[in-house]
Amino acid sequence: MSKKTAYLILTPGIVLLLFFLMLPLVSIIWPTFYDGGLTFNSYLVFFQDSYNLAILFRTIKISLIVTIIGIGFGVPTAYYIANSPKKWRGLLMSLTLFPLLTNSVVRSFAWINILGRNGIINTALLSTGLISEPLTLLYTEFAIIMGSFYLFLPVMIISLVGTFENIDTEIMEAAETLGANRLAAFVKVILPLSIPGIIVGSILVFTGTLTAYTTPQLLGGNRNMMMSTFLYQNAMALGDWQSASVIALIMIVTTLLVMKGFNTVAAKLDKRGEKYA
Amino acid sequence: MRKQRGLSMFVFLVFAFLCIPLLIVTVTAFGEQASIQFPIEGFTFQWFAKVFEISSFMESLILSLQISFFATILALAIGIPAAYALARRQTAKTALLKSFFLSPTIVPGVVVGYALFQFIVVQLELPVYQGLLLGHFLISLPYVIRVVGSSLEQLDFSIEEVAWTLGCTKLAAFIRIIIPNITSGIFASFMLAFINSFNNIPVSQFLSGPGVATLPTILMNYIEYNYDPTVSALSVLLMLGTILLMFLIEKTLGLASVT
Repeated sequence: MSKKTAYLILTPGIVLLLFFLMLPLVSIIWPTFYDGGLTFNSYLVFFQDSYNLAILFRTIKISLIVTIIGIGFGVPTAYYIANSPKKWRGLLMSLTLFPLLTNSVVRSFAWINILGRNGIINTALLSTGLISEPLTLLYTEFAIIMGSFYLFLPVMIISLVGTFENIDTEIMEAAETLGANRLAAFVKVILPLSIPGIIVGSILVFTGTLTAYTTPQLLGGNRNMMMSTFLYQNAMALGDWQSASVIALIMIVTTLLVMKGFNTVAAKLDKRGEKYA
Repeated sequence: MRKQRGLSMFVFLVFAFLCIPLLIVTVTAFGEQASIQFPIEGFTFQWFAKVFEISSFMESLILSLQISFFATILALAIGIPAAYALARRQTAKTALLKSFFLSPTIVPGVVVGYALFQFIVVQLELPVYQGLLLGHFLISLPYVIRVVGSSLEQLDFSIEEVAWTLGCTKLAAFIRIIIPNITSGIFASFMLAFINSFNNIPVSQFLSGPGVATLPTILMNYIEYNYDPTVSALSVLLMLGTILLMFLIEKTLGLASVT
């Protein structure tokens, strides 16, 4: 295809993206740096306020926890799916995909039923007499972590199944023949080979939790805000557009730093130094 | 695979964890009490009837279907030719352009929603409907570029060249040779883009206005003030929609191809 035709075909998309994604982004970010002259004041103010910092650190902490337990539960599950017979694999993949394609409001609502004051856990514990007062489970960081883990576990599993499918099972047998027990063979042989998948999955889960809106809104309440709900509150409830734009840029930069960070870790772990995402 | 009882047990528990919360929602949709309880008492379909009686649910459902449909069609109209150009001309520059086309996925949803709200609603003073349509176009486009792009990568372009040699114009060859060979990819990308647009909250939340809001945002606002089995019933209906979509994808391209 000639260069001219190719660019002609690509133009409508480029124009729309420039005009309705890049321009709007620039138009919200620009005022945070310009106040009659170049200034970083908005950012200095943001980072000096301990309330703002608490929200930023909570967001990063929760994303990190969700990613770590996501790896812990996702790796064995994906390994199992990748090595199961074909007919089972299809069923297990459908069961993983189904929650992923179900609306996040529905998935968060499910956890309100479980964790709420009159929810299933409290009802069960009260009826057995283990507790006399309902526990406060909903509107806590714990609720956000459970909800986000539930939201993103399928993403981790799906990112990993493909990786495990591509690992030749014979190398596992070779390791065992050479005297490694099954766990050692998995940890020393299979796991290092699956690092690309783990990195991709971790980036998706970490940035997903970092930017998710529905789950912290429904399960966290106003006392446990995350960056996304904080942005929404500043923009729509408080009408503080300057702060909302500062939060927006911090979210974008954090997302990019997380991707960069995971890729650096991946390059360190894997001597071939490939880029994964 | 040889027997690994511990692993099987672990995986069984993981899948129980994935399924049970949604099963509980399903069960609570049939309870007779006015407030959600589990286990339920009695059995009724009244909450499903109530879903259809609440006009804001029905109006927002129609709006959601419209927005997702038109946004996805727009994404296909722009995305299919773009994916073709990106596959046909693979240089360092087009690789960069491909990541530009995928860039809406890197920007957090709330940021996209907020930026569009500021730009379209506050500065340009366009109606909310246009804002929603553009926002959902941004959500849909990367799915089209990715899924149609991977279909095109598996296509042998020599069949197109044969058509050219036999006197077919480039446009005719694209429409009569390329498109029919990637229909399942187009269909799968339509389904994926549609469901992700339909399910989106953050972009829609910023771009809704009086009388113009998508179903998930209406449902979310409803949950914040009400706790009755109507929500469960609507959730069940939405899950049935998901099952139908998954079935359609499985029948065309196979679910494995979209993961």
